[in-house]
Amino acid sequence: MNTSNVALELRGITHTFGTTRVLDDVNLTVAHGSITALLGPSGVGKTTVLRIVAGFERPTEGTVLIGGRIVADAHTWIPPHERGISIVPQEGALFPHLSVGENVAFGLKKRRSSTARARVGEMLDLVGLPNAFDKRPSELSGGMQQRVALARALATNPAVVLLDEPFSALDAGLRESLREHVVEILHTAGATALWVTHDQDEALSTADTVAILLGHKIAQVADPVSVYRLPDTTEVADFVGEAVSFNGAVLDGGASVDCVFGTLDLLRPHAVGATTVVIRPEQFEITTATDPLARSVGEVLNTRYFGHDGTVEVRVADGTIATVRLHARLLPEVGSTVGVVVNGKVLAF
Amino acid sequence: MVRTRGSIATLGLAFVTAIITIVPLWYLAIQSFSAGLSPVIDELFQSRTLTLITRSLVLTVAVTIASVIIGTFAAWVITMTNVWGRVGLTIAFSLPLAIPSYLAAFAWVSWLPNIAGFTGAFIVLSLVSYPYVMLPVMAAMSRLDPVHEDVARAMGRTPFAILWEIVLPQLRRPIASGGLLVALYALSDFGAVAAMRHEVFTWVIFGAYRAGFNPTRAATLSLILIAAALALTYFESHLRGRHDVSRAGVSARMRRAQLSPLAMSATVVSIFAVLLPAIGVPVVSVVSWMQRETSRAVEWTSVWQASGQSFLNGIVTALVTLLLSFPVAWSAVRIKTRIARIPEFTTYLTHSLPGIVVAISVVYVGIRAARPFYQEFPMLIFGQVIIFVPVMVTSLRAALEKTPPALEDVSRSLGVTNAATLLRVTLPIALPGLLAGTALTMLAAVKELPVTLLLRPTGMDTLSTRIWDYSTVSDYAAMGPYAVAILLLAAVPTALLGTLSVVKEHAR
Repeated sequence: MNTSNVALELRGITHTFGTTRVLDDVNLTVAHGSITALLGPSGVGKTTVLRIVAGFERPTEGTVLIGGRIVADAHTWIPPHERGISIVPQEGALFPHLSVGENVAFGLKKRRSSTARARVGEMLDLVGLPNAFDKRPSELSGGMQQRVALARALATNPAVVLLDEPFSALDAGLRESLREHVVEILHTAGATALWVTHDQDEALSTADTVAILLGHKIAQVADPVSVYRLPDTTEVADFVGEAVSFNGAVLDGGASVDCVFGTLDLLRPHAVGATTVVIRPEQFEITTATDPLARSVGEVLNTRYFGHDGTVEVRVADGTIATVRLHARLLPEVGSTVGVVVNGKVLAF
Repeated sequence: MVRTRGSIATLGLAFVTAIITIVPLWYLAIQSFSAGLSPVIDELFQSRTLTLITRSLVLTVAVTIASVIIGTFAAWVITMTNVWGRVGLTIAFSLPLAIPSYLAAFAWVSWLPNIAGFTGAFIVLSLVSYPYVMLPVMAAMSRLDPVHEDVARAMGRTPFAILWEIVLPQLRRPIASGGLLVALYALSDFGAVAAMRHEVFTWVIFGAYRAGFNPTRAATLSLILIAAALALTYFESHLRGRHDVSRAGVSARMRRAQLSPLAMSATVVSIFAVLLPAIGVPVVSVVSWMQRETSRAVEWTSVWQASGQSFLNGIVTALVTLLLSFPVAWSAVRIKTRIARIPEFTTYLTHSLPGIVVAISVVYVGIRAARPFYQEFPMLIFGQVIIFVPVMVTSLRAALEKTPPALEDVSRSLGVTNAATLLRVTLPIALPGLLAGTALTMLAAVKELPVTLLLRPTGMDTLSTRIWDYSTVSDYAAMGPYAVAILLLAAVPTALLGTLSVVKEHAR
């Protein structure tokens, strides 16, 4: 990435609260006009990253650059109101004492001028609430409030928009449709966004780039497909989607691995010798125990029914338990003996 | 939390307030021990001091028990029964809160002179202080989850068992905290015991101060009073238990008990048995004084002057209190480090101080360290402010907590400076609470007696000091106009303001 294309950069950010280390050498760059999701489990320091970028926290160590300008390091400190960023917090946090229009105009210079009014109108159109100008925040639904919060954040043309789990308070159905809408709005506005979430579906479906924060460190930064298909570590593989791991041995040439499910091709080369093999549940297929393709046979321990699909746990020869995802009507009976086939290439770590 | 220059400056101001409120106490301690330990010990172990302790304790306990019973009953009637006229009853039951204890006491004594002493002090203090129990218990009762009652009933409990096993245990906390307020009030009240000539601590301290100014005795007795107040606070923190009234999720609105005709009659009789002595006696007495007054010309100019002076004192006190309290409340709510909580804690320490003790300690400061201000207007304001800062901090804190920190973050991220964020976000949202707190402080300052009495500049007359002065010669006829003025200007607005929020809550 060339430097003029970088909207936000974090270099070696380490942060402690008292004696607790919440961030450990975090490095991240966010390209202009892109949406980067910061994905991690609860309590891993995602929101702290966001607060450091915004300037609500000063990092213990490290440098923050916004648009190539240092806004925080050991010697420099630019306060939040001079950083040219904006935030969309959880539950929107609209100002309850202001109307929707006044909320959106909040960060504008000369906010009672006709230009400001026009800008507010433009923003409300963008988020699909053209008639909300004079409404009070309390008259809006949760999803509408979030869209106003987004309009407010975009009105000032910020260098970066920071979204902090913006949909966590909404119910599942609304969350999905609003998510798509918000991505569309961000792209239309040409905004750069850093989007904090613990929801992997949200991260994988919305972001151009996904940064995974595990154990207070950045574990991997990549596009959504690579994060899922080619995780850098078993931890990433376990965290993003489900994964079955077991022992195997990489064969000569480093291109295939021998394991309880037979000889499988590797997605990427690995050093010869003992290894951990990782397979996604949807790569497994259940057949009859006598199927010649089935290199492995096992007993069905239990099944789970989810409606559209289901999972089966099968214990195979060496005691490995394979979790298999398949069509609900194909679920076998508990206690029966089935054959297990692996489709596609696998990963070795 | 990023420490900005603004937040450090605010914290600095908060410490200034803390020091201002603690300085008089410091002087009091110095004064007590100025002649060494032996005079203090002599004072402590005199039999008259022990008699005094017993007498104060008996009055405090009696008033607290009576107030808890009356206050819980009133809360139950308003909140949990189908009694008619809920809003009017709430206001009526809250009104005594606003009647100055000395005025209520003079009203009783002028009607029944023989009541003076323990009986009178007990009746008057119980009737003016039960709202301190009623208000928190009402709030807790309206939060009670009816599901708990349903569960208990399904398990075969009788309604009485439910009241005893489910309802009352959940009210333990508000009853304890309301009871503490009553106990502190009864312990530190000066007006009612003075009017009833009942020799308890505050009255004797005042006497020691007046009679040739026996500073060591006044200071030592003040320290005992402070110790008693702190002991009560400590006792309450143990009594109220640890669990909160909790409810999982949103549930049905509370159901009100449908009283049988017999129970309803008994309830109505009880309501009048409280309201007649609590409101009827003071109001009727004051009106009857006014009628005696018709035989004489009323000096309306001095009534106007005293009202004006009371109001001026009230406004200045309220504004200074607001300015000093704001940094304390803001630091406690927003900075959230241990250091930032020190000023708040310090003001809570002085919360339990009786007005008479504050007054005497400010006199010491005046004599020792601030001669030019002694018996001047700023000294009076200083004394009043110390009394009202803790209450103001509490109400500002509640008002500031209404603004979630996320709103301030959003504002700053949108390019608005800290100072502008305070003006455009924090203050507008906190404004209703801030105004209510200031207005209540102002009205309370108008009614205040002991500090005004001891610290007023020579020649200054306020409504409360006029009432006091006429009472010393039992001239109720002359007192009449001032009593009416204080009821109209301070008591009624206080009651209305104070109950407004509660009424809103219960009118639905």
